[in-house]
Amino acid sequence: MSSGVKSVSSETNPAVSIRELRKSFGSLEVLKGVSLDAKEGDVISILGASGSGKSTMLRCINMLEVPDSGDIRIGGETIKLKKGRRGAEPADQGQVDRIRSRVAMVFQSFNLWSHMTILENVIEAPVHVQKRPKAECIAEAEALLAKVGIADKRNQYPSHLSGGQQQRAAIARALAMRPNVMLFDEPTSALDPELVGEVLRVMRSLAEEGRTMLVVTHEMGFARDVSNRVVFLHKGVVEEEGPPAEVFGAPKSERFKQFISSHR
Amino acid sequence: MRMSGIRVLDAFAQAYVFVFRGSPLLVQIFLIYYGLGQFRPTLQEWGLWGFFREPYWCAVLALTLNTAAYASEIIRGGLQAVPHQQVEAARACGMSGFLLFRRIVFPIAVRQALPAYGSELILMVKATSLASIITMMEVTGIAAKLISQTFRAVEVFVVAGVIYLILNFTITRIIMAIEWWLSPHLRHPPAVKPALDAVHV
Repeated sequence: MSSGVKSVSSETNPAVSIRELRKSFGSLEVLKGVSLDAKEGDVISILGASGSGKSTMLRCINMLEVPDSGDIRIGGETIKLKKGRRGAEPADQGQVDRIRSRVAMVFQSFNLWSHMTILENVIEAPVHVQKRPKAECIAEAEALLAKVGIADKRNQYPSHLSGGQQQRAAIARALAMRPNVMLFDEPTSALDPELVGEVLRVMRSLAEEGRTMLVVTHEMGFARDVSNRVVFLHKGVVEEEGPPAEVFGAPKSERFKQFISSHR
Repeated sequence: MRMSGIRVLDAFAQAYVFVFRGSPLLVQIFLIYYGLGQFRPTLQEWGLWGFFREPYWCAVLALTLNTAAYASEIIRGGLQAVPHQQVEAARACGMSGFLLFRRIVFPIAVRQALPAYGSELILMVKATSLASIITMMEVTGIAAKLISQTFRAVEVFVVAGVIYLILNFTITRIIMAIEWWLSPHLRHPPAVKPALDAVHV
């Protein structure tokens, strides 16, 4: 990732910096030394066929998967790892919790808490993890729900909403933590085709606000039009990366050419 | 304890559940009332004889130990059925340890365990009839005594049955009310109002 490294030196700290990340599940090596830098305001689309390690990489950033080796720095703070009984594990759960509350994640299957209303889902982490005053959180949550277009659903439960609405609620929940970085793990893959657009519109508006986003996606349109950098993973290594105009216009890698032609 | 991951605790809990769920309640009642009665001098020494002398307390103890074994398995089932993804979402928000359990895992587990726990409560109420065997005068015991005085088996037992029915009816209603109160997310959504204030982005 030469371009990323060069641009970092002129900035202060990259929002996210990954170095030589390795991760195996049993005998299967999913990540074989992946490096990536995201500056403030970067919107990076991470593409790749299934099994290429793109979701695993994203999940390593907030320690939902613990990498076997490599460095992860969030806002200049390196996540400390130690050797545990079953391989590597976080050395300091407090640090991991603190970092997680600044790195919000949006999941493929929304993962809203089924026993809470939409509003309760959104204020849960701000109130109980970040310990902010409840009234302030509610006001902010209502503004966020209005922003993603589901203000009228605030007192309903996740099971009462469509997939697109649930995912927009999940995005509001992520935004409520005032994150520095947002991770999206295939946010539209579980949605009916006609619901994909509403979620992508919300994501595009977030990108236009200058939020730092790492998006694992299959939406080529989003990667091309919204992100300012595209990373293509293949079998656990970065096979191609650069600005979308460059990589889509003149792909260097044969596999990436095949990949885009199969996703048209 | 089964889910603690600590082997000693797991083995203890497993043995406890195995013994109390695997043997008849009647045997357990006999063992506690008559069985422990044989150790009267020791129990007197420990000052516990006052407790084990009374059939009432023996029955309460046996029923408690028995229902605890069943309830622990019900709760374990509820905990295991908590969707992994919702736990992961909580972790991703920075929750861990007791906060995660209190806010996410436990509330979901309770909702899932409640119907099964309701039937366990009903089984418990019916199991109290066994206490009559150790001379305890509960519903069945009194019914049997009345029959021996009046020889009116049908009337007396019908009344006894109705008493159990009323008890269990009350319990089921209470459980149903708690379920209803805890699971608005499973009910039909309120009538959808037109989305006037929704600002679509």
